[in-house]
Amino acid sequence: MLDKVQPLRMIDQDPLTIPLDQIDVTQAELYFHDTHWGFFERLRNEDPIHLNVSEEYGRVWSVTKFDHIAYVEKNHEIFSSEPTITIADPPPDIPFQSFIQRDPPEHDPQRAAVQPVVAPMNLAKLEGLIRQRVGDILDGLPIGETFNWVDQVSINLTTQMLATLFDFPFEDRHKLTYWSDCTTGAPDVSGGDFVTIEERNEALAECGEFFIRMWHERANAPPGNDLISMLAHSEKTRDMINKPMEYLGNILLLIIGGNDTTRNSLTGGVLALNQFPEEYDKLRNDLSLIPSMVSEIIRWQTPILGMTRRTKVDTELFGKQIKKGDKVVMWYISGNRDGDVIKGDPDKFIIDRESVRHHLSFGFGVHRCMGNRLAEMQIRVTWEEIMKRFSKVEVVGPEVRAPSNIIRGYRELPVRVHPL
Amino acid sequence: MTKITFIEANGTEHEVEARNERSLMQAAVQNGVPGIDADCGGQCMCATCHVIFDDAWYAKLGTPSDDEEEMLAPTPDRTPTSRLSCQIQVSDALEGIKITLPEFQM
Repeated sequence: MLDKVQPLRMIDQDPLTIPLDQIDVTQAELYFHDTHWGFFERLRNEDPIHLNVSEEYGRVWSVTKFDHIAYVEKNHEIFSSEPTITIADPPPDIPFQSFIQRDPPEHDPQRAAVQPVVAPMNLAKLEGLIRQRVGDILDGLPIGETFNWVDQVSINLTTQMLATLFDFPFEDRHKLTYWSDCTTGAPDVSGGDFVTIEERNEALAECGEFFIRMWHERANAPPGNDLISMLAHSEKTRDMINKPMEYLGNILLLIIGGNDTTRNSLTGGVLALNQFPEEYDKLRNDLSLIPSMVSEIIRWQTPILGMTRRTKVDTELFGKQIKKGDKVVMWYISGNRDGDVIKGDPDKFIIDRESVRHHLSFGFGVHRCMGNRLAEMQIRVTWEEIMKRFSKVEVVGPEVRAPSNIIRGYRELPVRVHPL
Repeated sequence: MTKITFIEANGTEHEVEARNERSLMQAAVQNGVPGIDADCGGQCMCATCHVIFDDAWYAKLGTPSDDEEEMLAPTPDRTPTSRLSCQIQVSDALEGIKITLPEFQM
């Protein structure tokens, strides 16, 4: 039995003086306040693989160093993605299954079936469309007014992109973003407060009906280039509809993968350039730095805080005895600030950083982010188009973040744009 | 040192003198050959240093390890003679080898 002791609230603690064994980085409100940095720095220095035992989550190991995280990623025979990849156990009322929650060999054919949609050769065809949409969004921004960058640009753009990939009814596209936010933003999954559990369940029921209907429409039509049509017509996956929870799980995974991550990197880039104005100058003077800056934004933002594995056998992890069944969280947000690997002040945003692509934000190994090239392309094109129009996207007020122990996201970033 | 030629997808050739005992990936990166990303830094944890050999050279390289196979398998433009260049060491035996780069790394 675990002691029923109310855990300390980390946001009330000083990371430098709190007893080491009391540090608990699983609390969602830490990320709402962006006050996790000191706790992770202390753990990296003093207890890089750190155990917490709580009533809510059980035995949880926090892995905080880059190389240790890479080791866990690679050893999927020991550190399993089943039954899920969140710190919280799967809620009983979400029966969906997706390949991110599967180990090889079951993982492999499901991923292989959808990978072509976001493969680079397909993306080359999409780039023109993305550029046109980015341009339309930027041209419609109000000049001389304060507005919320998150809604007007980041969400707007990623939602349009998702609708295109699924060939989803364009006028209903906001549902995609809503379903995604419902899945990741409920208290039982991430400690979030976007919706209640009841609201989430209702939204996912609607989502399920919508996508099952779309499957049948696409299966009965000639093959198209959208994700659903590809699943419905591909030899490997055309029977997936007979396992509706697997079909819907994989659909949701793709929606979430294309939503939170790119959206929050699009916002994070604006914040980063405002916090590091000398880097904004560097960018203005040399637009060829944009691709490198895109990788640095993705590292600096780290839109997925971390992924969790569950240990299949008793094992040792760099001196710590991990028991079968223990959870192991790979905190990308910490590994991406590990000075032993990220050389030259990892807390700084440096758009021409050396080895800029060497970061953890996409994960490594068999579960490495499938949409990484699409994400990079969207962010690159967005910045290319921003720099054609504005001398500065100026942050004019404090950002509002979202509480979550999975996603490092924003709800508001008040800005003004200054035309060239 | 060993002479190696990297050929970009558009046909541009890059002839480099590569240091033995290092990987082909390092030879490309250190000589500024475009088209090798090597995101994971050479630890066989991604597939962004994907390269393609002709049949004769491929046969001389030995078989990829299980780890390498696991990362190559989901690569959409993988060919029967694809390898990860971080897993192949430069040596005298590779003198004159020609290596084709894919159009994209994933």
